[in-house]
Formats: sequence, C-alpha cells, structure tokens
Amino acid sequence: MTVVENAEQAKKDPSYLKALTELVYQLADDDFIISFRGAEWLGLAPHIEEDVAFSSITQNTMGHAVMFYELLEELGEGNADVLAHERTLEQRRNGIYLEKRNGEGAYHEEPYYDWALAVVRNYFYETFKKIKMEAISTSSYKPLANVASKALMEQTYHLAHWKMWMNQLQHATEDARERINSRIEEAWSEFEDVLELGSYANDMLKHQLISSEDYLKEAWLKEVGVNIANPPESPLGKKYGSGRNGVHTADLKQALQTFAEVYNSDKKAVW
Amino acid sequence: MNGEQGIANIRSVLQTVDDPELPSVSVLDLGMVHDVTLQGRNVMITMVPTFAGCPALDFIELNVKKAVEDVEWVDTCDVHFTFEHQWSTDAITDRGKEQLKKHGISPPPENYQPGDEWTVNCPFCGSDYTSMENVFGPTACRSILYCSACRNPFEAMKPVVSLTKS
Ligand SMILES: [Zn+2]
Repeated sequence: MTVVENAEQAKKDPSYLKALTELVYQLADDDFIISFRGAEWLGLAPHIEEDVAFSSITQNTMGHAVMFYELLEELGEGNADVLAHERTLEQRRNGIYLEKRNGEGAYHEEPYYDWALAVVRNYFYETFKKIKMEAISTSSYKPLANVASKALMEQTYHLAHWKMWMNQLQHATEDARERINSRIEEAWSEFEDVLELGSYANDMLKHQLISSEDYLKEAWLKEVGVNIANPPESPLGKKYGSGRNGVHTADLKQALQTFAEVYNSDKKAVW
Repeated sequence: MNGEQGIANIRSVLQTVDDPELPSVSVLDLGMVHDVTLQGRNVMITMVPTFAGCPALDFIELNVKKAVEDVEWVDTCDVHFTFEHQWSTDAITDRGKEQLKKHGISPPPENYQPGDEWTVNCPFCGSDYTSMENVFGPTACRSILYCSACRNPFEAMKPVVSLTKS
C-alpha cells in the first residue's frame, strides 16, 4: 500500500483527493448531525446521571466532527467552521436517518422526544462507527488513519453506554420492549445509507481509504444481530434516499437553521 | 543559552502550566507535551490532545504559548497539536498521579488493557470498596465513583489506551 503522508501529497492525485474528501465529508457530517441531535436532549434525558453521560458523549463526538472538518480544511476545502455552518443541504453527506428529529415538538416548546429513538439510533450508529473507524485506522491517508485511531480510543465508552441501554430496555417492561422494537423496525427501513459510501465507494476502495461497502454492511449486521433479540426479517432500506449523494429531508433543514442561528447573527465574531 | 539547557528551561516552565480543569496538574505531568524544539530564540512545542472533544485545549494552547513567551530569552513560541501520536493515560507521570489524588481524582490504572476489569481505589482512604456511579463525569476524561468505606464521592481518570496495542 502506498501511504499518503499529508495533504500536499494527497492533492497531487485528483482522483485520490476526490474520493478522500467525499469520505471525510461523510465522517464529519455523520458525527456532526448525531451530535446536534444529542445536544437537543440536554436537560431532557430520563435522569440526571444520564444527562451528564449523554452530554459528555455528545461533546466528545462533536470533537470528532471537528477533527474531520479540520482534515478537510488541510485538504483545501475551506475553513472548518465555515464547512460546519455554511454548507447547503445538498452539500451535506450525512446518512438521512441520523438527521431525523428526536420526536414530536421542539426543544424550546413541548419537546416530546422519544428515548427509544435516542437509544436505537445511537446504538446503531456507534456500533457502525467502531467498524468504520477500524476500517480507516489502516487507511492509505495517514492523517485520516491517525484521527480514526484517536476516535476509536474514546468511542469505546460511547458504544458501551448505548449497548447497555439497548440491552436493559429490551429486557425491561412490555412497554419498553414494544417501543424499542418499533424504533428498530423504523431504523431498518431507513438506516442503509448510513452504512454506504455513496457514488465514490469504488474509488475509496481502489485508493485503499476504507474497506468495501459490502464488508461494512455485513460486519454491522452481524454485530447488531448479537444484541437485538429479534432482528427484523425485511431487508435494510433507505426509505428517503441516500444522504451520501446530498439527498436530505426537512429535518436537516431545521437542524442547520437552529445550529447556525448564532453563527449567522455575526459571522465575524470570535466566540 | 545552548540547546539542551534551553529545552530543559522550557520543560521546567511547562511544569508550571496546569490543565485549567485540573488545577495543580501540569500539562507536562499529564503527558500532553510530545516534543520541544528550538530554533535560536524560537520555541516549537508539539502537544497531543487528551480527549478530542475537550474544550480546554484552546486554553491550554494559549496558556502554554504565553508562559513560554514570558521567558526572557524567548522571542516566539508556536504550539501545535498532533494526532500522529495518541495520548493515553499511560503517559501521565507518577508526579501527575500524586497531584490527581490530592484533587480527589483517582489516577488511571497501571498497565490497563482494553476489556480489563477496571478497579479503582479511593483517592482518600485507599479502599477498593468502591462503586461506579457514572462512567461519564464533569469532563470527558473523568468518571464519578463512590467509596463505601469512607463514604465519599470521588472521581477517577478513565483508562484510555490504544485498542491496537499488543
Ligand atoms: Zn474512601
């Protein structure tokens, strides 16, 4: 494998650079949007210790998003803050399921958020993140491999946390089981694009940036199969399309508006 | 001032720069300083971040820069964070561990391997009759525990080690 040591080297091969930036946008945007949805739970988690835990995980995951946006900055994509705040809906590469609202209502008024959605979504996501980070910890692009190794060391605590919730609620009351199961069913029909790499998947593989989509998907199915009591029999779906290709829902629009509200009020300010 | 003396001088200055969230534990003792190099009167410091999402990193960078630039013979100090080397809790020095205990924070376990059972002794009375209240604490690097022997709540540094380490 030819190791690409830094951004300058990566920029010399346009095909390599394109596949690499696409991959890093996906990683950055996934961590960004799941952290945003996590941040909307602040003060609303089921109990105080959970509030501390969830916000700690969220802050750390947003830190991972920052590492990825900074890699993009080095690759010449522009300032990391601008990338996070100003890119349009069509430019975003996160999986669509990750942008879904936390439930009914809004943060400032009547937030009837659904804890079952939070548990299923974060468990599914963190399980996949581990597989994906392991796959890119041997990536041909050294700076990306380094960031992935860093994320893996910290993420192990996130995954353990959501796995615990998942196992507890699946073996709790009838109500808890039903609510978790219905969120699993829902995720099954929407989660597939999270597991995919979009239209540059082949180039990513060719340049040894990451493993194949098939491998990633299989590894995820196998892992969640161990922890879900009754996995749905239907095949995985991407009901709303593929976020990897810039397709998104009104939920992402709401998230970006809220996220960038303060930033847009004064773009020159140093916060 | 020659190179070796200069670097020793800078390291002694870094011994006085504390993590803002762990007063009295220096960035040097936390194992965050990877390398110090000199070019004449210019100092270059390479640091490794503890947790990626740690909001204190920007302050640490500023504090290090300021402390070093206050040294009489120094013109400029550049601080650079790198991900080429991963911080792990094994990098905390013995002195750092002692300082943590004074703050009611148990230092991370020695020679911890991923998946090992994590037992924590109370930083106040030393008892191992302790229980985990929350893996996640007031900062990303700390957990909240309770000592049933002396009935004190306390904190502990989470073990953070490379998963690929053999
Ligand atoms: Zn005690």
